[in-house]
Amino acid sequence: MRMRKFVHLKPKTLQEASSLLSQYSGDAKMIAGGTELVNRMKGRLITPEYVIDITYIPGLNKIAYDEKSGLTIGALCPLSDIEFSALVSKKHDALARAVHTIGSVQVRNLGTIGGNLCNAAPSADSAPILIGLDARAMIFGPAGERVIELKHFFIGPGATVLKSNEILVGLEVPNPAPHSAATYLKQSLRRAMGLAIVGVAVVLSLAPDGSIADIRIVLGAVAPTPIRAVKAEAMVRGKKLDGKLIGQAAKVASDESEPISDIRSSKEYRKDIVEVLTGRAIQQTLEQALKTL
Amino acid sequence: MENETIRLTVNGEPFEAFVKHNSTLLDVLRNQLKLTGTKRGCDAGDCGACTVIMDGRPVNACLVLALKADGREITTIEGLSEGATKLHPIQEAFVEQGAIQCGFCTPGMIMSAKALLDRNAKPTDGEVRTGIAGNLCRCTGYVRIIEAVKAAAQKSG
Repeated sequence: MRMRKFVHLKPKTLQEASSLLSQYSGDAKMIAGGTELVNRMKGRLITPEYVIDITYIPGLNKIAYDEKSGLTIGALCPLSDIEFSALVSKKHDALARAVHTIGSVQVRNLGTIGGNLCNAAPSADSAPILIGLDARAMIFGPAGERVIELKHFFIGPGATVLKSNEILVGLEVPNPAPHSAATYLKQSLRRAMGLAIVGVAVVLSLAPDGSIADIRIVLGAVAPTPIRAVKAEAMVRGKKLDGKLIGQAAKVASDESEPISDIRSSKEYRKDIVEVLTGRAIQQTLEQALKTL
Repeated sequence: MENETIRLTVNGEPFEAFVKHNSTLLDVLRNQLKLTGTKRGCDAGDCGACTVIMDGRPVNACLVLALKADGREITTIEGLSEGATKLHPIQEAFVEQGAIQCGFCTPGMIMSAKALLDRNAKPTDGEVRTGIAGNLCRCTGYVRIIEAVKAAAQKSG
């Protein structure tokens, strides 16, 4: 149906945007690409009187790299910028490939990485890999900037730690550890334009003897937020992996997941798929990492 | 306060439109600029019938708020052919390959194909499928469409 009448504001600075968000409070919504928001407004799930468009604030759509802080990705980068960035492919190829699984070509040209994270769907495809890569979220608020670990960013379905006048401005993705690799696997009902029914990211690094120096196993779509399968991680950290241990870790990861049944999939199937994808992701990531030894 | 004039270039031509903030680029193109080649399918960014190329990138016009189109360069299906009779090679390929049945998905499908071929002149089958993954067709079963995109790629040498 027709969107309710609103005023489309275009602040030129973060300070202005934050002030507008404070000023209009419950009557305003922030917009970046709009691929989520416009739909919700058309369905009248939300009816803001003010739409605060942050895409006119310069400098938030850059991808940069420096030796010390690693990769910085502006929150307003369209997903396709990240998908095709030579810099992202070089430093964290798994992130580019994860982003590729979102929506369609058209959606990725409008939708932003910030939007994907701030909408905080439990199945958000950019979240597991970024959490696995120990990414940090840079947040602007009236009190200034703060940086938090992305693993603490999500608090529930659709909910993040952002206050209503705070804006996610970018992500810092630290340099990968030596001899590391990363994988994101998504199970969905179709090859494009589908939410993940299970998402699994594995990031691991190897010690010189081929044992696991460190590992992150991050599950998406099977809990209110993306979660780390910490028990499965603890099981393999420090060990040399073989098929049996990988299988055991995958089972533990599945036990740690708390999926629900919904129109896309049942919780039983999701639990099964967590086990399958975790095993597969560990195997694939291990093989990639072993090549670097 | 809830309406504004926007200026945009469509198919190389500059336009001015007085738009409601609560409208989309699709509304502007179809209702105000009378360019009805771009179709309203789901109006929710799922079907791709409204695909246009904005600043070089294919997007769902139904998801672009009108104000966001200010200052942009838009190409619609009308911008592909020269006049009413000279078809773009991609359009020709669609006709020759039998890739059009009811024709409703066709403009969006062709815009996605154009964007794909502009970026990747010799796509593989898989790349074509990914390129049109955001465009639904209820008639053809996609096979002829994929053949048409590949045929168009061949044409451009």
